[in-house]
Amino acid sequence: MSVALRVIPCLDVHDGRVVKGVNFTNLRDAGDPVELAARYSAEGADELTFLDISASSDGRATTREMVARCAETVFIPLTVGGGVRSVADVDLLLRSGADKVGINTGALARPAAIDEISRAFGDQVLVLSVDARREPGMPSGFGVTTHGGRRSAGLDALAWVREACDRGVGEILLNSMDADGTTDGFDIEMISAVRAIADVPLIASGGAGTVEHFVAAAAAGADAVLAASVFHYGTLTIDQVKAGLRDAGFTVR
Amino acid sequence: MSPRVGLFDYGSGNLHSARRAFANAGADVVLTGDLDELAGCDGLVVPGVGAFATCMTGLSQAAGVELIRDWVASGRPLLGICVGHQVLFEQGTEHGTSVAGLGIHPGTVSHLAARRLPHMGWNTVEVPDGSRLFAGVERSRFYFVHSYAAAPVAGAGLVTTARHEDAVFVAALESGPVSSTQFHPEKSGAAGARLISNWLGQL
Repeated sequence: MSVALRVIPCLDVHDGRVVKGVNFTNLRDAGDPVELAARYSAEGADELTFLDISASSDGRATTREMVARCAETVFIPLTVGGGVRSVADVDLLLRSGADKVGINTGALARPAAIDEISRAFGDQVLVLSVDARREPGMPSGFGVTTHGGRRSAGLDALAWVREACDRGVGEILLNSMDADGTTDGFDIEMISAVRAIADVPLIASGGAGTVEHFVAAAAAGADAVLAASVFHYGTLTIDQVKAGLRDAGFTVR
Repeated sequence: MSPRVGLFDYGSGNLHSARRAFANAGADVVLTGDLDELAGCDGLVVPGVGAFATCMTGLSQAAGVELIRDWVASGRPLLGICVGHQVLFEQGTEHGTSVAGLGIHPGTVSHLAARRLPHMGWNTVEVPDGSRLFAGVERSRFYFVHSYAAAPVAGAGLVTTARHEDAVFVAALESGPVSSTQFHPEKSGAAGARLISNWLGQL
């Protein structure tokens, strides 16, 4: 008996529609979010993550309506990230039907937001989303980025993960900006480095292309594996990924 | 006729999924903090997320402590979920501070002795013979997300356990009219839907 390795499709949402680009540019429409969510749930997704990339408050409101519609029909955990800065932002998302909320830039801008949110709702609702890449000047060799990986936050990725865990996040969503969109495989080196210092559950993200990639991420210590385009474009099914993980000796649902 | 289920809204978190999940299973769901409206229901669902102490405070302020005690004393079915399960025990200890619970289940809720916390995800459960709640889903996985749990105590009724690393804890308890689950049936897909429907069958 042990908790199963989670397979999580990620839906990037812009003004209530699912999109997917390579390295966060060249957005392409990938379908209706509620339909996709229901399909993934039926196919065995263990959770769903929505990343709201809307720039406007109208777009974010549209996304919350979409999350509410998903919560009406999809009975697995829903995580929503994007634009979260405060207790009030989290409250709005939880009321819309989100079970967990991802925070990224908002926490970098004001780390105390982590303490405030976890005090208000418990650390289990808060996922620290980290967009990291190799940055030779950093003590660990990994730096935190903002703006979809285009700018350095001037912060060591491992130091940031440690600080966020101390402040109170319930989970880490680690997205390698070096691997994101490449389909060349997860960033095993980065996953191992974060795993070594974090006791909270770790979700590996960025670079999934084949079943073997998922197995490698699990072997590096990820508690969950997240991917977008391989699922949206039908390259892999959730079932194929789970079968591969099971064959490799990992526990899946 | 559909059983009427009162989903107790005392300010604890997102209740939309729970409302939809019970409605999908055939219940007529009343989502309210109004005690008179709840009194007319066939079954009471007590949800709860976050901290034990915060939930107890919320319950007290909403006159929920008396509501739940009276409900159980009159032998009517109740289902506690997550922290709504934890507050049914005698006591909760968080960050070294102990807070009294409702004392309907014997035992205390404390920090799980595990390295990887929160215990988050889909886990199996060990169901005792005679469980009505788990009929047909004894071997299913359910969705857990918590860092605190009650240790199994003898004589507490039908105890379903789960294990995270070396920690064995109460995943669900069935005792007379009172049932409760540490996991979230409303987030546990088809298995959770079956469990909810099993509970509704007892109303």
